[in-house]
Amino acid sequence: MDFRIPVGDWIKAALTWIEDTFQWLFDALRQMFIWMFDAVDWVFATPPVWVVIVVIAIAALLARGWKFAAGAVVGLLFIVGVDQWENAVDSLALVIVAAFLAVVISIPLGIWAARNDKVSAIVKPIMDFLQTLPAFVYLVPAIFLFRIGVAPGIIATLIFAMAPGVRLTELGIRGVDKEVVEAGEAFGATPRRILRQIQIPLAMPSIMAGINQIIMLSLSMVVIAGLVGAGGLGGDVAQAISALNVGLGFEAGLSVVVLAILLDRFTASIGKGEGLYGRWTRRRKVQREADEQARLDARELETAGPRREPGTVV
Amino acid sequence: MTPGELRIRVNDSIALRADGLYKVFGKQPETAVKRLREGASRDELDGATAAVIDASFEVQRGEIFVVMGLSGSGKSTLIRALNGLQPATAGTVEIGGESVTDANPAQLREIRRTKVSMVFQHFALLPHRTVIDNVAYGLEIQGVSKDERIRRALAVTEVVGLKGWEEKHPSELSGGMQQRVGLARALAADSDVLLMDEAFSALDPLIRREMQDQLLELQSELGKTIVFITHDLNEAMYIGDRIAVMRDGRIVQIGSPEDILTNPANDYVEQFVQDVDRTKVLTAESVMRKPRAVIREDSGPHAALTAMRENELSALYVTQRDRTILGWVRDRDVMDLVRRGEKSLAPAIKTDHGAVSHDTALADLFIPSLEAALALAVVDDKERLVGVIPRVTLLAALGGEPEAAGSAIPVTEPLPGEVVDKVLDASTAKGGA
Repeated sequence: MDFRIPVGDWIKAALTWIEDTFQWLFDALRQMFIWMFDAVDWVFATPPVWVVIVVIAIAALLARGWKFAAGAVVGLLFIVGVDQWENAVDSLALVIVAAFLAVVISIPLGIWAARNDKVSAIVKPIMDFLQTLPAFVYLVPAIFLFRIGVAPGIIATLIFAMAPGVRLTELGIRGVDKEVVEAGEAFGATPRRILRQIQIPLAMPSIMAGINQIIMLSLSMVVIAGLVGAGGLGGDVAQAISALNVGLGFEAGLSVVVLAILLDRFTASIGKGEGLYGRWTRRRKVQREADEQARLDARELETAGPRREPGTVV
Repeated sequence: MTPGELRIRVNDSIALRADGLYKVFGKQPETAVKRLREGASRDELDGATAAVIDASFEVQRGEIFVVMGLSGSGKSTLIRALNGLQPATAGTVEIGGESVTDANPAQLREIRRTKVSMVFQHFALLPHRTVIDNVAYGLEIQGVSKDERIRRALAVTEVVGLKGWEEKHPSELSGGMQQRVGLARALAADSDVLLMDEAFSALDPLIRREMQDQLLELQSELGKTIVFITHDLNEAMYIGDRIAVMRDGRIVQIGSPEDILTNPANDYVEQFVQDVDRTKVLTAESVMRKPRAVIREDSGPHAALTAMRENELSALYVTQRDRTILGWVRDRDVMDLVRRGEKSLAPAIKTDHGAVSHDTALADLFIPSLEAALALAVVDDKERLVGVIPRVTLLAALGGEPEAAGSAIPVTEPLPGEVVDKVLDASTAKGGA
């Protein structure tokens, strides 16, 4: 039986053509990725370790409270203790760059898909495809186009992590109460204004869940990216696999877990107002509303005499 | 006056007009409309669902026009076609003389900003904004400056009775209060036409009644034109100046509440109105009879007694020349006057006639009817006697058959005929002598 669909040959041919035609573009992207990675890496790698840990602990305190801050310090000290700090910082930089790019691409795409059924019909299968295709498979063309190093790691991570951002953004915006959107329309708001004032604010919990997912998937992909020389914790894991070094594998692996927990808790807390920062803003908001009400009441008192008690509505 | 001028005059009093309005969902809506126009029924369309079929009506300025129908009758789609939230498949809608159906998106937004606003069934407030910012939303879209819109929103918030709640968020308010915010938001936009989509249906009955009363009060103060959608016939009857009854996408009858109740256009409407509390809808005017037991004041006692004798009545209402009611007289008292040879009815007239206004609801007639000695007198706005309601008529109207009452039955037994005749004869003889 020599029935064979030469898909592999087609893809190879297409890839070669793309490489020949757009090499300048990929080179430019590669340079941009490397530059972004270096910049983020510099921020975390330049100060002494203890300064970084203290800053992260303070951020944790503001975001979720002292328990999380204590946990963060213990986890980070563990990473330092197993001598994975530099790798962890490299991985973190990779995650931050890839996740940032994924958010920047996926949220507008999700919004577009939510507002246009045709776009949604096209985007959905592509996202399914990207999410289910084994990650290693598109690592290969990534190396092909971006050569070994950080750049293919970032592009592979970005593509792998994008899907939930698009999906959850679309879902969130489509899930906004139809009547509230109608209310915007009924009062003559433009579609852009409805998006800005109604759809995005109301879809925010879902969009934030999407961002959280992007970051978590980025981290899991970063380990795989170690295989193509992206370095970081993934590099050590890959090395441990090839050398059957159980100890190194676990040290790097547990460091990934620590990073994952920290990143997850940080992103999950955004907008929930749990930590000190949340408490402060809440208090300020209550105070501001009380002031505003007092101001309104004073103004009414001037014009209309004493007011009724709240609750005695007509 | 040229016909053109006349037309403008007529248009001026009409706030909203729908003409041959169709809304079809699904495949090939235009073909479906064509088939419907050719007389196809709603079930014969394949692949298309007709939500609104050939709806035509005009809403007068300052009128409360209620569209009533069960779920699936197309009323929600109809109201959304009026402001273009659901673009009509065919037909035209005009609001304040401007066409909604022909407007491009920018024109449509302008119409929605200035001419028509909407109140939603589930309030549709912006949950992340305070009450005052919700109320000011329409003004914000109109581009009104912040100070000005807050000032105007404050005034409206007070009108709907939410003073002191301005800085709360919608989730902190009860359902009824949330809908007041929805109403205030629509009122603040200061448009002539208010579309209310099942606005009170999500509220519990006591609050609903309160809101209905408040709406009527606001409407009489502000003179807004209101299109109100409801599935509750009692609500429709209570607040509607006119009611359009919808069924399966078609308007089956348009009329005043009394029209719909007393002259249902078909079996469907008739079945529908069976459950209505008639006593709240029907007014004295709609059940009253022509007054027979009436005498003019200047007719004198003799004529009055004769009239009572001929009609076998024990009492009469007395009116002035212009039918303004003065009171009533009893046969005994009139007979005394005749015996004494008095020429004026005045000494016998009792002024506690207990007349009711012609627009009193049936529910409010029972007590006056019990207290009245005669069939209950009904007067118009100028206190003129326009009819009477015997108790049997009132009872018959409750049963839905005002015609069954037949003729009025006297309240008390009249004096025996022979006695009256004797007195009359004697009086005539005296007068002749």
